[in-house]
Amino acid sequence: MKRGFRNIATWLGAAIVGIAAFCALFAPFLVPHDPFAQDLGKRLLVPFWMAGADPQHLLGTDQLGRDYLSRLIWGCRISMLIGVTVSIVSGLIGITIGVLGGFLGGRVDDAVLFAITTRLSIPVVLVALAVVGLLGSSMTLLVITLGLLLWDRFAVVARSTTMQVRNLDFVAAAWCAGCSRFRILTREVLPNIASHLVVVATLEIALAILLEAALSFLGLGVPPPLPSWGLMIAEAKDYMFFSPWVIMVPGVALFVLVLGINLLGDGLRDLFGARQP
Amino acid sequence: MLRFLVRRLVVALLVAATVMTLAFILTRLSGDLATSIAGPNATAADIEAIRKAYGLDRPLLTQFLDWVGRAVTGDLGESYFFKARVSTLIGERMPVTLTLGLTGLVIALLVSLPLGILGAVRENTAFDRGVQLVALLGQAMPSFWLGLILMIVFGLELGWLPISGTDSWDCYIMPGVVLAFSAIPALTRLTRAGMIQAMGSDYIRTARAKGLSRASILLKHALRNAAIPVVAIAAVQLGFMLGGSIVIEQVFALHGVGFLAWESIGKNDFPVVQAVVLVLAVIYVALTMLADLMNAVLDPRLRSA
Repeated sequence: MKRGFRNIATWLGAAIVGIAAFCALFAPFLVPHDPFAQDLGKRLLVPFWMAGADPQHLLGTDQLGRDYLSRLIWGCRISMLIGVTVSIVSGLIGITIGVLGGFLGGRVDDAVLFAITTRLSIPVVLVALAVVGLLGSSMTLLVITLGLLLWDRFAVVARSTTMQVRNLDFVAAAWCAGCSRFRILTREVLPNIASHLVVVATLEIALAILLEAALSFLGLGVPPPLPSWGLMIAEAKDYMFFSPWVIMVPGVALFVLVLGINLLGDGLRDLFGARQP
Repeated sequence: MLRFLVRRLVVALLVAATVMTLAFILTRLSGDLATSIAGPNATAADIEAIRKAYGLDRPLLTQFLDWVGRAVTGDLGESYFFKARVSTLIGERMPVTLTLGLTGLVIALLVSLPLGILGAVRENTAFDRGVQLVALLGQAMPSFWLGLILMIVFGLELGWLPISGTDSWDCYIMPGVVLAFSAIPALTRLTRAGMIQAMGSDYIRTARAKGLSRASILLKHALRNAAIPVVAIAAVQLGFMLGGSIVIEQVFALHGVGFLAWESIGKNDFPVVQAVVLVLAVIYVALTMLADLMNAVLDPRLRSA
């Protein structure tokens, strides 16, 4: 029963992530309209489930008459792009220092622990806002900033799993066989902690997507007119009391995507966890 | 115990010093501060005057040491925009942020402790899975969006709660709930896991064998042990909440420290930005130290560590 529930949740998560990845990759071919084209004659058209909807615009239009479904699909591309690239940047930083700390121990490990403690004490949203506010908003800057801020969980997990693997027999065997330190790290340690890191990566993608949305919502994330979901919610905020669906559509999309990634991550954790001795 | 304390204190001071350096570097990232402060319409003479007035013509190292020297004595400098002392500004706004953070923490504990305990008692039942599902949903909820939804439902449709401001206590309910959402998943999972572990241990078997009541076993014996990591994480979560409240203060127009920082970023008011980063980091460091201390007091086994 429990397994059945878990499996359904994992498949649901995989399906959501799959659809989002498909939308992200093929957004230019999927959008029914140009997501940037304004049509002031068709402002704030209602979505299909409400009376008086325009069949041309399934999810209606925004305050500038831009097709909401097209912007939603394009926004999915932005969210996924930021989520994946941020976790690549933060993964490279976090895994490197985590593995080094866990493998070398001693002074190096002390320094790594100190770096993690310092990083945790820095208020992420505030610092990211400040950097974007001072240097101007762009996707690249946002990815680099979030990447530099979100490596802590990668480092913590890489460090503790490396410590467990370090003392196992096959690593000792590799030492005896005369393998170099670098070879042991890349060929023996990394493949054996990879499953844990994949789980962390899913969590980080979800976190980065939520943070990007929050920063864009505050006006210091993805620059307009790009249709980031957070930015769509911010632009719709002024109309939300009269037409609540304008914040519902991008908000639900954001919620479902993050939920899907987390469900998939939990499923992967169970899958990999079951294989561990 | 004393060695443990001293060690923690030294690490905390080092972290604070590192954050100070980072906060200073952060505000100098944009290059020429004087040009940004002066704005797009300033003449070269204006920029030069500003550079002199704020001491920005001195070498960076001198500026840094000057800032550190003053900050250590509690002097965080002067705001360019508000024309007031930064420490005064932060002092005025801090009560709002602290009230918000504590409200959020209390709501989070009120929800996650019972949920976690009941989830553990009924492990692997439909209720337990329901609790885990709630934790999962909470984790995926974008806080600012939840805030807007609550405003529409409880502020506009039902008219029960004010949608912005800080005039009365009920202004803090909606922002507090939104902030609590970020901590509920972690706290619930930790309570549940701790209770399951505690319920399986020998002293609970002994307590059962003595014929103690179920409530007494649960609340007096198991919860006391399960609460140790929860208390520690609650303190740390409060630190995260204070740092993360910037988004929620913005949504609900609460004029706290986060709101101040957001305003200052928009106005290139660097002394305020670097001071808020520093203050929030120091509060976080103090809270984690407090968490470690509480751990040591609650669990005598940790004292020798």
